[in-house]
Amino acid sequence: MRFRLGLTLLGLLVAGAIAAPLLGQDSGAPDLFNRYAAPSAEHWLGTDDLGRDLLTRLLEGARVSLAVGVATALAASILGTAVGVVAAWRGGVVDALLMRLADGLLALPALPLLVVLAAVDPSVVGLPRGEAASDMIRIVGILTLFGWVGVARLTRAAALSVLARDHVRAARALGVTEARLLWRHVLPALTVPVSVATALAVAGAILAESTLSFLGLGIAPPNPSWGNMLANAQELVFSAPMAAVWPGLAILMAVAGCTLVADGARGR
Amino acid sequence: MILGRLLQIAIVLGLLSFASYALIGLIPGDPIDLAIAGDPRLGPEDAARMRALHGLDRPLAARYGTWAMGVLQGEFGYSRLFAVPAASVLWPALGSTLVLLGCALGIAAAGGIALGVLAASRPRSGPWVDAVAVLGQAMPSFWLGILLIILFAVTLGWLPAGGSADEGLGLRFLVLPVATLAVANIAAYARHTAAAMRVALAEPWVRTARAKGASGPRVLWRHVFPNAAVPVLTIAALDAGSLVSGAVVTETVFARPGMGKLIYDSIMGNDYNLALLALLLVALVTMLATLAADLAQRALDPRLSA
Repeated sequence: MRFRLGLTLLGLLVAGAIAAPLLGQDSGAPDLFNRYAAPSAEHWLGTDDLGRDLLTRLLEGARVSLAVGVATALAASILGTAVGVVAAWRGGVVDALLMRLADGLLALPALPLLVVLAAVDPSVVGLPRGEAASDMIRIVGILTLFGWVGVARLTRAAALSVLARDHVRAARALGVTEARLLWRHVLPALTVPVSVATALAVAGAILAESTLSFLGLGIAPPNPSWGNMLANAQELVFSAPMAAVWPGLAILMAVAGCTLVADGARGR
Repeated sequence: MILGRLLQIAIVLGLLSFASYALIGLIPGDPIDLAIAGDPRLGPEDAARMRALHGLDRPLAARYGTWAMGVLQGEFGYSRLFAVPAASVLWPALGSTLVLLGCALGIAAAGGIALGVLAASRPRSGPWVDAVAVLGQAMPSFWLGILLIILFAVTLGWLPAGGSADEGLGLRFLVLPVATLAVANIAAYARHTAAAMRVALAEPWVRTARAKGASGPRVLWRHVFPNAAVPVLTIAALDAGSLVSGAVVTETVFARPGMGKLIYDSIMGNDYNLALLALLLVALVTMLATLAADLAQRALDPRLSA
């Protein structure tokens, strides 16, 4: 039930993001004779302060936000699973070091650190400034630095319990190599916890990206993202209050969708 | 235990300060760049001379060492943005943020615990509380802040849209930010309280208490709740970081002076020294809060200290 509701919410957003070009509107083209237009047959949600179609910008923002969320979650899951499995498998000093690092990152307030990281000149790591794609890569990189911790902790706990199970010990006793043991016997057993952690990571990444973009440190205008649309809408609360409603609703749908999918998957 | 944790906090702060010192150097526009950009008569050789004069040509580790020794001796240096000693900006901002955090945490914990207990003790209300909790956790707090501004400041005109009082606490300015931050955190408390209460309600001693004739509310509050409070404190400890992160956004939305806005403004205004100090101070406060929650948890549950 929860799982299906979550999938429905996400499905609607993905369908909208794919269908955005069908509306036939240009998200970047200003139309200054048509500012703050009310919803109409041509502009379903009306227009913003530059006369741009709100629905088109919202759906193009969905592409950016969902892409950043999924890319970050995948990167964080791969890194986090690797760290979690290695920590559980090696144990001892390696485990202690990795988990202290995770604890340390978790104990810190993430957002102030993200603000500092996001302000670093992207050309230091060879990314061109001010392009939508390089903004996205930059944000994914920064969010992955913090995103792996949750996955690693969940994976480590699950891997510890798998490693103690009889079939793993039997495989060891039969002389299976450690690499094959991890690949064939441990990793497959981690599918559920890792997918739950990944779904939660998507939710976290979408929220974090929109927050950074809201603060002006994420995806830079004129490229639409839900966060920077809200930043723009906050300046217009007197003239176009409804412009602030839609991007927030979209974020809510995306994050609630991922959380519900994660909850549902955990219960299965 | 406490000594070990304090040592751990010191290590994290040390590592964090070095990492952020190095990182902040990578943000474009250092003071020399700005001085050069501000005066067309200055050339590259002037820049080199000024860098040498201020010791900016020394290796990173040496510069960090000088800075860290100064900070440890209470030399916080100056804020470029506000043109005053950094300490005179930091402490008022910290006070303002602590007031905001304290009020929001109090309301969120009280409301969340009440909702959670309700959800666990009345099974029929459970799904509703769960639904509210999922929505509350999924809602971006800055969006909630904007919606509250539209409703209470723009449409109804009851409360200011942002800013702070010139003197005193400024309750009118506090209402909306506190409400934003509290609502954002109520959901987590409600969810975890409900989960912990359900676990505790299933224990055999609950049946015993009922069998001995204790009334419903007495069983709930005297027997079940104290046992459920421990996991809730765990969450409070784990969530200290996200609470502080929430304060950063909330302060920005409501243009409320505090640590979050200070970090944001100083990064945006190339005020590295202030940004670094503010970042470390926020990290320190967060870790001390986590430690305090852990200690409270141990005091409540003697099994943990064994």
